[in-house]
Amino acid sequence: MAEASEKGLTLAGLAISLGGRRLLALDLRIGPGEVLTVMGPSGSGKSTLLAAIIGTLPPAFEMSGRIWLDGHDITAMPTEARRVGILFQDELLFPHLSVGGNLAFGLPAAVKGRDRRRSLIESALLDIGLAGFADRDTATLSGGQRARVALMRMLLSEPCALLLDEAFSKLDKALRDQTRQLVFEISRRRALPVLQVTHDRSDAEAAGGRILTL
Amino acid sequence: MTDAATARLARPASPRRVTNRLLPWAPALTLAAMLGPVAAGLLGTLGPALGWMPALGGDSFGVSVFADLFAWPGLSRAVALSVGAGLAATALSLVIVVLIAAGWHGSRSFSVVERALSPLLSVPHAAAAFGLAFLIAPSGWISRALSPWATGWEVPPDILIVQDPRGIALIMGLVSKEVPFLMLMTLAALAQARPGQSRTVARALGYRPVTGWLKTVFPQVYRQIRLPVYAVLAFSMSVVDVAIILGPNTPPPLSVQVVRWMNDPDLALRFRAAAGAMLQLALVIGTLGLWRAAEATVAHLGRRWTERGGRGHAAVDRGLRIAGLGLGLASALAVFAGLSGLLLWSFAGLWQFPDALPDALTLRNWQRFGPHLTDSVIETLLIGWVTTLLAVGLTIACLEAEHRHGLRPASRALWLLYLPLIVPQVAFLAGFQTLALSAGLDGGRAAVIVVHLVFVLPYVFLSLADPWRAWDSRQDRIARALGASPDRVLWSVRLPMLLRPVLIAAAVGFAVSVGQYLPTLLVGAGRISTLTTDAVALASGGDRRVIGVYALAQTLAALAPFLLALVLPRVIWRNRAGVRDG
Repeated sequence: MAEASEKGLTLAGLAISLGGRRLLALDLRIGPGEVLTVMGPSGSGKSTLLAAIIGTLPPAFEMSGRIWLDGHDITAMPTEARRVGILFQDELLFPHLSVGGNLAFGLPAAVKGRDRRRSLIESALLDIGLAGFADRDTATLSGGQRARVALMRMLLSEPCALLLDEAFSKLDKALRDQTRQLVFEISRRRALPVLQVTHDRSDAEAAGGRILTL
Repeated sequence: MTDAATARLARPASPRRVTNRLLPWAPALTLAAMLGPVAAGLLGTLGPALGWMPALGGDSFGVSVFADLFAWPGLSRAVALSVGAGLAATALSLVIVVLIAAGWHGSRSFSVVERALSPLLSVPHAAAAFGLAFLIAPSGWISRALSPWATGWEVPPDILIVQDPRGIALIMGLVSKEVPFLMLMTLAALAQARPGQSRTVARALGYRPVTGWLKTVFPQVYRQIRLPVYAVLAFSMSVVDVAIILGPNTPPPLSVQVVRWMNDPDLALRFRAAAGAMLQLALVIGTLGLWRAAEATVAHLGRRWTERGGRGHAAVDRGLRIAGLGLGLASALAVFAGLSGLLLWSFAGLWQFPDALPDALTLRNWQRFGPHLTDSVIETLLIGWVTTLLAVGLTIACLEAEHRHGLRPASRALWLLYLPLIVPQVAFLAGFQTLALSAGLDGGRAAVIVVHLVFVLPYVFLSLADPWRAWDSRQDRIARALGASPDRVLWSVRLPMLLRPVLIAAAVGFAVSVGQYLPTLLVGAGRISTLTTDAVALASGGDRRVIGVYALAQTLAALAPFLLALVLPRVIWRNRAGVRDG
């Protein structure tokens, strides 16, 4: 059994079934800065696993085992308290908010002060090469820009772990390499445990970590 | 980066807010608001129908009231009119809708149909009926346009067109308003049935377009619009305002006669009214049974027709397409031309027969009758907004409860939603009025709002449920993963993104409230006057100028929120291309 009290994301005896049929059973730990790639055909339970970790598993599923993050048992926590960031294939930027508004949505409310919040967002935009984009409509961004805003919005929420749900599969080859590099570099720098689900072997190779096939 | 452990504490773990505890009750509350008055009202009608109404000296149960009802000489005509007009209007509306969808869905002309739907739907029944009356009456616009050069008429001919004894004008009036409703429901069904593939397959097998559509798509679509069709049938059988304006008088359809008895100074007639209301309910149930049987027969014949493998004939197919377009155009035109007639009359100076247009346009009618409108306008808006607000609030609470707590409604729940639209209004409003009377609520605005809610809720729910459920739930997961509570996701992500459908649902609800005649009249006990009750009350007077002013004001009250619902999102989201039109 994985050690629960350590830093990182730990799935301790996690088993999920639906209607009595066992979908998956995992016992593993992803250390800080480590990337675990989960591969498998569609229907193998990849999305179910991610839903279990962020806490959006539909009630029809039965789950046993515990999920630990940095020594905290998050198994029963509501999604918003888990501090698990997730990126989907689509960026899912909120279309009714500006670029800056999207980033501000991610920034915790505990960060007080209009000016301070604004300057944090400005410097975040600078980090992803989008300085001066705060008031832009997200619908006017290119695919690569959208991907970077989605990544930064997630990082600003100060997650303790990162899930990638086919996050790069929509991008073309050049953009894909670039975005992938950015994500993995940042997660290593911030010592975030990363679990990526993909059907593309090049994603796994770019991540360089363990590969688990469901 | 802040230390994860302390930061985690800074994030509230599932604040147990009041909403979280109340939300699971929303569906029950909504059902109670919708069905409570219906059930209570039905019981309240059943009592007097069986002779029980202590306030009026009825203190024993029996069937003598029904004996009295059946002894009324006009009953068989009144019943025949109800059933006949209901069946004819429903069948005709359904045929028109099916022909339009079969012949034109997916074509460019069809987008014109789609654009015309919302305004057509929001025109109140009474206003559309007045418009039609102004159009087809012996001295109406059509007759004027053809006279004297084609007809030779110098004075209006002495024939009964409006309020004809067979109820043909009534059927036409109903069809012109039910076609847009069924069309909208059919569009929603088509969006799910994906007719494109079926049509392509049928065409590839050599079927003519309309024939192929009827054989492959129609069975799927009908299954989905069955409840709306039943609602149309029940409504057409028991409608009161349209029947007062366009239907025959001696005798009128049963529902109108029941209302006459209810408002008769002779209180003893209340008993007969209750029995009549119960008979109306029985008629609707019986006719629905008949329709159901006809469905089975048509389905059987249709299967045999389909399995015979006929590909259809070019000429017949083309004929059906043209017939669909013609009938659809005629029914839409009847409403639009009717409204134009109302508009013209409301500004008309001298307008003698057979002139096609008035001699002069003047503001005099509006100056004269406009000031009288003020109170009714305020009453209409007040009742409409409160009812709509309640309905939208309850609907969103239900849908959010479904989303958060996984309270998936069974398919039976859809029946419950249609129940207030299928039970004839007169059958439970008669009893509701009696109950409100004994509870001291009658004649009050609150009681009127309570009954309006019964009819507004289903429409708001039906209008909002699909876009609400179609919202990408990954937006919810993303926002929650970013640390937002369910309430924050609702208020700052979901509602802003769904602004347009929410406003449209509110506009639909408001238009439904504005159009309510019988609930306002009966439960308001004649003391609450809205634009609709005022307008219908003018029907017997026949002064076209004042009717024009009132019916137009009624239409504007119903239409204005639709315009707002279309314009507001474009203004608010003018810099947000992703939500502006969606």
